[in-house]
Amino acid sequence: MTLRLQARELACERDDRWLFEDLDLDIVAGEIVRIEGPNGSGKTTLLKILSGQLADYHGELFWNEMPMRQARDAFLSSLLYLGHTTGVKAALTPLENLAWYQAMAGGPDSEPARLAALDGVGLAGFEDLPTGQLSAGQQRRVALARLELTPRPLWVLDEPFTAIDRQGVAELEARLEAHARNGGSVLVTTHHALRATPALRHVRLGAGNAHVQH
Amino acid sequence: MPMSSTEATVSKAEPATSLHREPSGGLRVALQATFRRDLTLLLRRRGEVLNPLVFFALVITLFPIGISPDPELLSTIAPGLLWVAALLAALLSLDSLFRGDYDDGSLEQLLLSPQPLAALALAKVAVHWLLTGLPLALMAPVLGIMLSLPAGSYLVLSLSLALGSASLSLIGAIGAALTVGLARGGVLLSLLVLPLYIPVLIFGAGAVQAAILGDSITAHLAILGALLAVALMLAPWAIAASLRISING
Amino acid sequence: MWTFIHKLGSPKWFYVISARLLPWFWAAAAVLIVVGSIWGLAFAPADYQQGNSFRIIYVHVPAAFLAQSIFVAMAVSGLIFMVWKIKIADMAAAMMAPLGAAMTFIALFSGAVWGVPTWGTWWMWDARLTSMLILLFLYVGVIALRGAFSSRDSASRAASVLALVGVINIPIIKYSVDWWYTLHQPATFSVTSRPAMPLEMWMPLLIMVLGFYCFFIALTLTRTRSEILRREATKHWVRELAGEGR
Repeated sequence: MTLRLQARELACERDDRWLFEDLDLDIVAGEIVRIEGPNGSGKTTLLKILSGQLADYHGELFWNEMPMRQARDAFLSSLLYLGHTTGVKAALTPLENLAWYQAMAGGPDSEPARLAALDGVGLAGFEDLPTGQLSAGQQRRVALARLELTPRPLWVLDEPFTAIDRQGVAELEARLEAHARNGGSVLVTTHHALRATPALRHVRLGAGNAHVQH
Repeated sequence: MPMSSTEATVSKAEPATSLHREPSGGLRVALQATFRRDLTLLLRRRGEVLNPLVFFALVITLFPIGISPDPELLSTIAPGLLWVAALLAALLSLDSLFRGDYDDGSLEQLLLSPQPLAALALAKVAVHWLLTGLPLALMAPVLGIMLSLPAGSYLVLSLSLALGSASLSLIGAIGAALTVGLARGGVLLSLLVLPLYIPVLIFGAGAVQAAILGDSITAHLAILGALLAVALMLAPWAIAASLRISING
Repeated sequence: MWTFIHKLGSPKWFYVISARLLPWFWAAAAVLIVVGSIWGLAFAPADYQQGNSFRIIYVHVPAAFLAQSIFVAMAVSGLIFMVWKIKIADMAAAMMAPLGAAMTFIALFSGAVWGVPTWGTWWMWDARLTSMLILLFLYVGVIALRGAFSSRDSASRAASVLALVGVINIPIIKYSVDWWYTLHQPATFSVTSRPAMPLEMWMPLLIMVLGFYCFFIALTLTRTRSEILRREATKHWVRELAGEGR
């Protein structure tokens, strides 16, 4: 399968401060790329750019050899993004939350699939409780159930291990590796040290140093 | 990790892998789901639906107390009062239109949907109108009685409010989208949106006036309809653009 | 094509070109406003109905013209900024907003002063004054929204969107307010639909209007130039400029 996300001379300036400059990235199928850097080095901003949320960057992005502007629709239907916030509605049950995501992803309306996905993240038995009554880790797990529910080749995950217990961390890590083995790719920021595998690659962003442009 | 039992059911174009799937539902499914989700959310928090209605009744109560209980005086200012109070009540609920989605991160997900954001935003605005503008329009005649609104204008009052509040929801949603990323966006939202409400107010209250005077109301309602048509065509794009700005703080 | 447009919008280029244009606009503004005021206030004949009090139109009308034009100019700048990402356009739009609000205020104030001899009161809900008041609120909204964002890039975009929404609404607001006015006050004296003015009266008015426009362009250029220096203070060419002792 084809999967290639490239960034050429990517730079991001936010209010006259350069978060990063001259960043070249080439992400292909089967890779787990961990973005590293101290707080304020622009990790989240980079993920937002690479997931097509922020159009405010210098340089070029390519999806499967096509400029991002032209490939945007194809790119978005290959992308699964999990941000800092879970994107889960507290007033809805986990099942209802997933139903919305399923519909947004254009998948078929399948309750068994939703139940299986919730089971897969250890939330069997919590399907019909309002998500707001669940713990922070369980709410994060509702969001993580989307990884299985709506299969997409490119995962962009911003701190996905937040609030997850040790057991869950190991499961999620295994899931990322399985995704890479199946030909998918993962872009991830995390403070958690990932287990070294052949698929794992690191990209380091510098400390938030303000460069002067000439 | 257990593999989902539905893995095999969907993919058709890509036999090699289950990761590449063409969305099968498309825009209609996404719109329905968003509409249903927002409806469920609002119906679970009844307070948010009821507050504007109570506010409407309260504001209307203030006027006889503040001005005069004289039915004759009240009946002359009733159309304007009812319209202004309904407009403010609709404004009150706007701030929460996108705020919940912004706070819990589902707004990001809305933006990253392959479906056009303008259409999805329209579904959200439709829910807002259905649970704010429409109830206000249905409630207005009761308050009209309390203000001695002359007979024969009650239906027009409801009709003009129902039609006009749809425009108010659309225009207001632009303001809500622009201020959703701001910590204290509420007051600013009113400042941005109220001047833009004036044409709707003029023709809405004008329709009720005309009905009282026995004039034809077709022109008023036609213009309200035209305003709604323009708002329907342009507002979704402005809302979408504004949401994209707000999400980047 | 793209590189050309971007070059056109480059701060450095703008700074150099505007320096050449600026003196001309300031000079034209000064000459036109001085000539127009003296002509209008001292030499134009008094109005047969209002006497000398009509002379306030030499301030009121140009200010009202400018108030509306500046909003359009601001929205166009916003559009240019949104479409081509030209920062100069945004800087200009940011500088225009307070100026437009000030012009709207001048138009409102002079209208109120004019109202005393004409209507016997400081304020009438006249169609033009009401539209002007709403315009003032629109300006305040744009300025407030720009000030509310902590990130300047977001502020610029948000203000641009609001200016565009506003500029689409201005004709609708104007039309509906006119309609509302004729409905409620059919037979009062309107300042907008005056009988044809004699040449000696409107020539100075024309000169004043032109003078106000030149003043607007000159002031916007000047303020945009200082904004460029402020925003680009870290850039190489600005430092070179400073090194030359300017």
